Amino acid sequence: MTPLQVCLLFSALLFATGFAGAVTRRHAILVLIGIELMLNAANVNLIAFWRFGPHPEALTGFIFVLFSMALAAAEAAVGLALVIAIFRHKKTSNLDEVKDLKG
Amino acid sequence: MFDKLDQIFVTLKHLVMGHLPAAWQPLASAVISIALIPIVFPGLFAIVTVIERKGLGRIQNRYGPNRVGPFGFLQFVADGIKALIKEDVVPRAADKMVHFLAPVMMLIPVLLAYAVLPFGRKMVVADYDAGLLFFFAVGGGVELSVFMAGWSSRNKYSLLGAMRAIAQMISYELPLILSAVTVVMMVGSLNLSEIVKHQNQYTFGIAHWFVFSPWGLAGFLLFLVASLAESNRTPFDLPEAESEIIAGYFTEYSGFKFALFFLGEYLGMFAISGLGITLFLGGWTAPFSFLTWIPSYVWFLSKLLGIVFVFIWIRGTLPRLRMDQLMNFAWKFMLPLALINIVVAGIWHYMGPDWPRWLVCSAILACAYGLLGLGLMHNQKLGKRIYRYAE
Amino acid sequence: MSLFLVITFVVTLLAAVAAMSLRNLVHCALMLAIAFSGIAAAYLQLNAEFAGFTEILVYVGAIAILIVMAILLTRSGEAPEKSVLTSGWLAGVVVTVMVFTTLGWAVLNSTALPPPPVEAPQATVKNIGDMLMTRYILPLEIIALMLTAAMIGAVIIAFKEDGKSKSSQGNETPIQIGNQPEPLPAGSVESRKEGVA
Repeated sequence: MTPLQVCLLFSALLFATGFAGAVTRRHAILVLIGIELMLNAANVNLIAFWRFGPHPEALTGFIFVLFSMALAAAEAAVGLALVIAIFRHKKTSNLDEVKDLKG
Repeated sequence: MFDKLDQIFVTLKHLVMGHLPAAWQPLASAVISIALIPIVFPGLFAIVTVIERKGLGRIQNRYGPNRVGPFGFLQFVADGIKALIKEDVVPRAADKMVHFLAPVMMLIPVLLAYAVLPFGRKMVVADYDAGLLFFFAVGGGVELSVFMAGWSSRNKYSLLGAMRAIAQMISYELPLILSAVTVVMMVGSLNLSEIVKHQNQYTFGIAHWFVFSPWGLAGFLLFLVASLAESNRTPFDLPEAESEIIAGYFTEYSGFKFALFFLGEYLGMFAISGLGITLFLGGWTAPFSFLTWIPSYVWFLSKLLGIVFVFIWIRGTLPRLRMDQLMNFAWKFMLPLALINIVVAGIWHYMGPDWPRWLVCSAILACAYGLLGLGLMHNQKLGKRIYRYAE
Repeated sequence: MSLFLVITFVVTLLAAVAAMSLRNLVHCALMLAIAFSGIAAAYLQLNAEFAGFTEILVYVGAIAILIVMAILLTRSGEAPEKSVLTSGWLAGVVVTVMVFTTLGWAVLNSTALPPPPVEAPQATVKNIGDMLMTRYILPLEIIALMLTAAMIGAVIIAFKEDGKSKSSQGNETPIQIGNQPEPLPAGSVESRKEGVA
């Protein structure tokens, strides 16, 4: 297996772990943790392709990763603000109980 | 002769490495470079604790410790033995693993930060291209350890102290990093050795230290105040002051773990002073060109001791800031001033090397300082002290 | 493909699995910080130094702390009594397995992957700065706008309104640290004042 394939498999496994946590856990903050892990897995993928792919001197994957990190930070901030706001209204951070709009 | 004295540590290291087989040389080089840091800086920590207690004592019109050793200078040995033989009390409800790991988690980032500081000419452990970024990145580990210490003790006061400490550290990180950004703008590189090399030029016998320019002086003062707040020292030590919250986030630590926290705090203070010296005070360079014969590491050490002395002096003299006063100071005074400093540094660069730029930049900074200071003082009713009695 | 890189991958995966499966939320957050550090170590070994340092600065230094502060502010520090899994967790696990199988099969059997390069690339800070200021200047400015908008938005969403919101009335009991002291008998205050004056 080439190094690129090992890195891509690691990234896929990390993505699957984050995804599993995000869809199976009950607490809102754990869903956000899963989302952060998924974003990180995508970043690892991009860096692996930058490192082992053609034209690494163009730094495309690298710059993409820097922007992705900035975006992930902003999204984590807004997501956690939402969790705090929901907790203030419903006194719970259990996602199964936030179902006022359920049809 | 003095060039040889300057490079004596590098020569010694190459001598030792020459005796080893070629396959082991990279590893030996790394180990020798790294091993000096946990030997030199905790030694400096030991001496500085005694100097601090004696200095504070003299400021408060009393002798410091004067019983152990000549003039009390072996007090750190007594303190070390006490810390090692004291009983290690862990609260019953504490989270044992996190409680154990918190002091470790504080020491590791702080020791890592020393790896990028240039202690002398060609004396850097790891000459990274993005060294300054590495320093600030590992600074974030300290905040995580503060939280771990406060939460694992299962003590409301520890948790409160930890939250306050984290809020304080995060708020003061911004002026710290922004004042370092001005230096990066002027030099064009994040490499700390490169920054020191830029300050190694002499005009009329005076070095080109960044602190000798208006934006550099403002930046250095901002950096100094922010580093006081990052190391939780007076006047910013509300999270850990003994008269406020017992010891804040390390209330429940005793014995050797407390000593590790203490060590981590002082090592952090030295590391961030070292960074301030590298960025603004010229690192290992001499201030005047006729003094360049003194070895570079002697200059670095004396500047470090000078800044530590200023920290001790500030600790003995100024009263503590309250939490809301702290936060107001960071967000409403230091952050705007740091941003204006960046603009002034840009103006400095583009106005050309003549005397008008000194005038313009100093005028802008003085106006900004005055206006922001007036803004902070706006709601304070400062006057003669009045007493109120409980009815 | 050094041994260190494989060990880093294994440690990161273990930390990520622990982050998603522990009961105590603060332990999950700390395991997440370990996972982030592992990913940063992986970046450092893939010659992406700047990305590694930025990862530690942004993720460990800011996002992990944000997560633990949110855990404390929503009072989730204690262990939950009921189950930690949501209803319908089985479907989630099935979908996860399908996702991973697809990705893994695509990686292992793909013929479009390029051959490994001869030498390691150099991502100096100067090159990154040049790229950011010449070719990627538009995304840089958009990210600046987006970060400002996110900051303002997060503050507005989490802002505690004074007085009139429904959550501030009613059943919130304040945290009581110890008992409230009983009021002093009325005579003692005057006698103390006489003593002073």
